[in-house]
Amino acid sequence: MRNFFAGLAKLVTGANARWVGCAPDVRQRVYFANHTSNLDALVIWASLPPPVRELTRPVAARDYWTKNKLRLYIANKIFNAVLIERKRPTTHDNPLADMLDALGDRHSLIIFPEGGRQAGTEMAPFKGGLFHLAKDRTDLEFVPVLIENLNRILPKGEFLPVPLLGGVSFGAPIKLEAGEPKVSFLERAENAVKELQKT
Amino acid sequence: MNLKLDKQTIWLVGGVLGLLIVSSLIGWLLSLRVRDEKGRATVQNLNARTRAWWMMVGVFGLAMATGGIGSVVLFALTSFLALREFITLTPTRPGDHRTLFWIFFIILPLHYYLIAIKWYGLFTILIPVYAFLFIPIRSAAAGDCENFLERTAKIQWGLMVCVYCVSHVPALLSLDIPGYEGQNGKLMFYFVLVAQISDVLQYVWGKTLGRHKIAPHVSPNKTWEGFIGGIISATLIGAGLWWATPFTPLQSAGMSLLITLMGFCGGLVMSAIKRDRGVKDYGSMIEGHGGVMDRIDSLCFAAPVFFHFTRYFFT
Repeated sequence: MRNFFAGLAKLVTGANARWVGCAPDVRQRVYFANHTSNLDALVIWASLPPPVRELTRPVAARDYWTKNKLRLYIANKIFNAVLIERKRPTTHDNPLADMLDALGDRHSLIIFPEGGRQAGTEMAPFKGGLFHLAKDRTDLEFVPVLIENLNRILPKGEFLPVPLLGGVSFGAPIKLEAGEPKVSFLERAENAVKELQKT
Repeated sequence: MNLKLDKQTIWLVGGVLGLLIVSSLIGWLLSLRVRDEKGRATVQNLNARTRAWWMMVGVFGLAMATGGIGSVVLFALTSFLALREFITLTPTRPGDHRTLFWIFFIILPLHYYLIAIKWYGLFTILIPVYAFLFIPIRSAAAGDCENFLERTAKIQWGLMVCVYCVSHVPALLSLDIPGYEGQNGKLMFYFVLVAQISDVLQYVWGKTLGRHKIAPHVSPNKTWEGFIGGIISATLIGAGLWWATPFTPLQSAGMSLLITLMGFCGGLVMSAIKRDRGVKDYGSMIEGHGGVMDRIDSLCFAAPVFFHFTRYFFT
């Protein structure tokens, strides 16, 4: 079922994975990407080779994915998603703690640091979660991912996809430098995604 | 639209298979002899192209073997893939989303359905008249006015080239040519063969003798030597295949010249669009060739003209 979903996603989006700055690997990574469409997490997840895909969990909004039984089923059974609270984080509902839990010592994550889907072509500034994750887990590789065209295949608010060709590019991993402040790390992360447009 | 497997068809298919075997052998010999880096890349690309040709000939042959309907389905899929590549390169806006859904999933299948049921009258006007008017109506209803005319024109153009023009290849099967009943499959085979072999020969002449660029800003690989050598040799081959067509040898030469010239123009125009969008190929689906659109650019321009010349003079 998981393989079927991955195959379907590749067929619909025609997504060609380009590994520009690194090769696929089962080591623990955090893939961070720009967010333009509901297909984003699915397509990144599908474009990973199966052994890597098995270990990689998309981070998604709990309010969206628990709305009905079908969504819950897809989130849990197909993607093995990590559902986090994005509206009202509390000490009990701390997204960072949930993500650290989910990583454990073998899993990788897919996250969208903009915090929500963007309607236009411009990226929104990254939220701080990425920085805190990098600070707590210095052993992880942070891989920038650029998603192109998926917002044209399925724009925000539409339900029927149009069969254009999408693109997913994986860049060179970045790491938090010793003592690097939050602002500079987030800026570096944003630029790493934007840089992929030129390759 | 039943196609029968007569002696001439067997000759055509056998000839193409022989050609493929010879090119595969030449490619293999070249790969043994080549020494330097640049030559190796060219030979690798050449061999990838030949392998892709085997695939394409296989698919085309299978479609022909299933009779007319197989060919209609094959070209409908080809149009779909080409349109997909074309619209991907064209910057459309969210306001075009529903319009795009219509052209991919309703207008395209409907247009090919009209070929399958041989409704010639509606086939010729569905896209130039009805879809032409429908596209701006649907986009205007979506309420986004930015670059409206530009967006509309690009969608219309994509639909005309990728769907309307390409569909004239299987439409050849529906022509009623006196004295040639039930043999239209050979005419389609002849057309595709001449158009594609002209591309191949222009490539071969250009690679071996090419010196003077014909349109350096549009298509840096096209040379006068490739153009003249390719057109003449493909026209001679086309003339030599007159026995498979309703034409006399001289008529066949004229038709082949028409196909090869239009094919060249198609390649030139589709290259100009690629240069404008800053890409080298339309896609990466066919190894060594690029995308589907890269392979059929010559067919797009040659098909409607060849169809109407044949229809006017021979039916």
